[in-house]
Amino acid sequence: MTDQSQPARSPLSRFLLVLVPLALMLVAFVWIAALDPLRSFNNGAPPVEGLTVERTVLDRTGIQVLVRVGGSEPMVIAQVAVDDAFWNFAQDPAGPIARGDTAWVRIPYPWVLGEAHLVALLSNTGTVFEHEIAVALPTPKATANQLLPQAIVGAIVGLLPVALGLMFFPAMRGVGRSGMNFLLALTVGLLAFLLIDMTNEALELAADSAALFQGSAMVWLAALASFLLLMAIGRWHGAPVGIALAFYIALGIGLHNFGEGLAIGGAFAAGSAGLGTFLVLGFALHNVTEGIGIAAPMLKSRPPLWMFPALTLLAGGPAILGMWMGSLAYAPQWSALVLAIGAGAILQVMVEVGSYLLRQNPDRQAALFSPAVVSGFLTGIAFMYVTAAVIKI
Amino acid sequence: MPVPDDEIQQVNAGRRALLVGGLAAAGGVVAIAKGASSQVVPADSAVAGHDMSAMTADPYAAPMEGMAHGDMMTVGRVDHQRNGFDPAPMLTDWDTGTTSLLPDGRTLRTFEVEAVDKEIEIAPGIFFPAWTFNGRVPGPALRAKEGERLKIIFRNYGSHPHSMHFHGIHAARMDGVPGAGLINPGEEFVYEFDAKPFGCHLYHCHALPLKRHIHKGMYGLFVIDPDPAHNPEHAAVAASRVQGTPENANWQELAMVMNAFDTNFDGGNEVYAVNTIAHAYMNAPIRIDKSRPVRVYLLNVTEFDPINSFHLHGNFFDYFDTGTTLTPTLKTVDVIMQCQAQRGILEFSFAEHEAGMYMFHAHQLEFTELGWVGNFDVQEPAA
Repeated sequence: MTDQSQPARSPLSRFLLVLVPLALMLVAFVWIAALDPLRSFNNGAPPVEGLTVERTVLDRTGIQVLVRVGGSEPMVIAQVAVDDAFWNFAQDPAGPIARGDTAWVRIPYPWVLGEAHLVALLSNTGTVFEHEIAVALPTPKATANQLLPQAIVGAIVGLLPVALGLMFFPAMRGVGRSGMNFLLALTVGLLAFLLIDMTNEALELAADSAALFQGSAMVWLAALASFLLLMAIGRWHGAPVGIALAFYIALGIGLHNFGEGLAIGGAFAAGSAGLGTFLVLGFALHNVTEGIGIAAPMLKSRPPLWMFPALTLLAGGPAILGMWMGSLAYAPQWSALVLAIGAGAILQVMVEVGSYLLRQNPDRQAALFSPAVVSGFLTGIAFMYVTAAVIKI
Repeated sequence: MPVPDDEIQQVNAGRRALLVGGLAAAGGVVAIAKGASSQVVPADSAVAGHDMSAMTADPYAAPMEGMAHGDMMTVGRVDHQRNGFDPAPMLTDWDTGTTSLLPDGRTLRTFEVEAVDKEIEIAPGIFFPAWTFNGRVPGPALRAKEGERLKIIFRNYGSHPHSMHFHGIHAARMDGVPGAGLINPGEEFVYEFDAKPFGCHLYHCHALPLKRHIHKGMYGLFVIDPDPAHNPEHAAVAASRVQGTPENANWQELAMVMNAFDTNFDGGNEVYAVNTIAHAYMNAPIRIDKSRPVRVYLLNVTEFDPINSFHLHGNFFDYFDTGTTLTPTLKTVDVIMQCQAQRGILEFSFAEHEAGMYMFHAHQLEFTELGWVGNFDVQEPAA
């Protein structure tokens, strides 16, 4: 049996052969739609309805929510009640909302600063969809005096700790093999913590998004795809080492910080209250290890000075972009997607840093469980875990 | 009906959420604690970066443009024609049946009532799969006179077993409970008893499960007018309550049933009203001639909530609990409350009042704001 036993087909006949099943598929779909074989299942049940609030805007005109509709039929929002009171509202665009579509519901409700409100949307079947506004705060707008403070917050969360961590570079240079192993394992450890953290966050956000996005599947598949793509790109010309590896780590951490920024911006827009400067300090401490992690694989290289700000911007800058985007155009599914892509990127650098670590040692088996590597890995995880505790209640 | 879970969520408040305020404060964005502790008007983000204490602290001094406190209303109008009943004429739509004389000289009054499944619009755009008496919710307001022989021919055209259980004095086999006038779809039953005691009563379906049959819409007023001859000490008062007498002609009598609907069947009501349609008498106020006294036959059938109430604005009224007395059980009040199936008669007058809109509503404000509120449009007598 060889390829030659099959006569070669001309492109035209191949095209026609593809066309036949496609045409049959079309005929089948039209036939099913026309015949409606599921008619006999129609037992008079009301349509299945689903509604997800993706954005909430509070301003001087009242409360506005962006809703996305799921379900078996276009849905009609018949009435809106805020805090158990029917209230006037306008829907934009008006009319029934098709499956998967979004619409703004604008309610001129006199909300109260700092207090909670419950928005209930009633469909024409009387099904109620409730949306809680935990703390009513005016929604930020894209004005200069909004964006600048947000950028400052983003810089504190993203840029500052990475820059501080990279400043350990001179001190770290010249460490011996054990020291090097310890630092690289520490990097893998902190990345492992970030991977778990990001995946959790992504899955939680995915659970809040509309059903048609298939949140959980989207997160796992996006993470897998980003991992595979980055691995392929990274290994285009052999496994990345040194400065290249540092940039990959910076990219992964940058994506993580972008997701972080999105969530902070989104929470900011939704009016979550906070605890103060203490938390900011905790967060900076928590993220200092990111800079150390980026620096670790470069210890044997001689990076030019401009690379440090570049790495800092790549790893920390996305936090600022995330802050802006999150506060202005927040939607749980997109935040989940970004976090999932970030998780894939983190996994990629874990693999690369791990293999770099092993290649540094003549006896890979022994190095893997050497005291330096094990203690480095555990120290990385423990440090992240303990500093994370500071920023949780 | 499926009750999809609340899929709605705003931003996940993880560790990041906690950070926000702190970060925000550090960034000098919003001084949350300051704003939340005093009742300031929500600041637009455009001014949020400014010192909030510079803003007025009086919530009443600075109305927010676009936020109308008077916008507490359902949006749109109910199609009464499609429903087949209109809450405005329903107020005075008494079903007096047909009468004939019995051999002993007494009046035999015959009513015909049918149970029908019907989808009704209870608030603009919200449809409820109701079970009805004669295609309306509340069912027909049956009215008879004390001492008459009553015959109610009941036919069940619905999809479930139903009955008519009257709050009145009658034999056990006429009670409308299982085994005594509870009939299957397609069947017929005739309830027979004497009209007594006089008062403001009700009937409702007593099929099981009871809660479901009630809140699906199977209830109505059952008013028995007092016979002046049996109540010589208050003959004039009694006569004023007998429909069709000259003494009664001057009264403006209104039938009102306080009800509510659990549209998502979660054991709590979404829509409240008097006579079914939320905000019906806000959209179409009840016209009152101020020179003539008003008598309201009021019944509460609200399921799930322990009590309902009636509050009249700018006026006080006399209340006859259950309507079984000819002297008020409560004099000069402006709020009364009723548990489920409690009912009574309210009498009041706007004779000394200015013309204008006088509101009436439940004084459980949740009910009010979910539809149970209306206006009396009190006008000078027509020239």
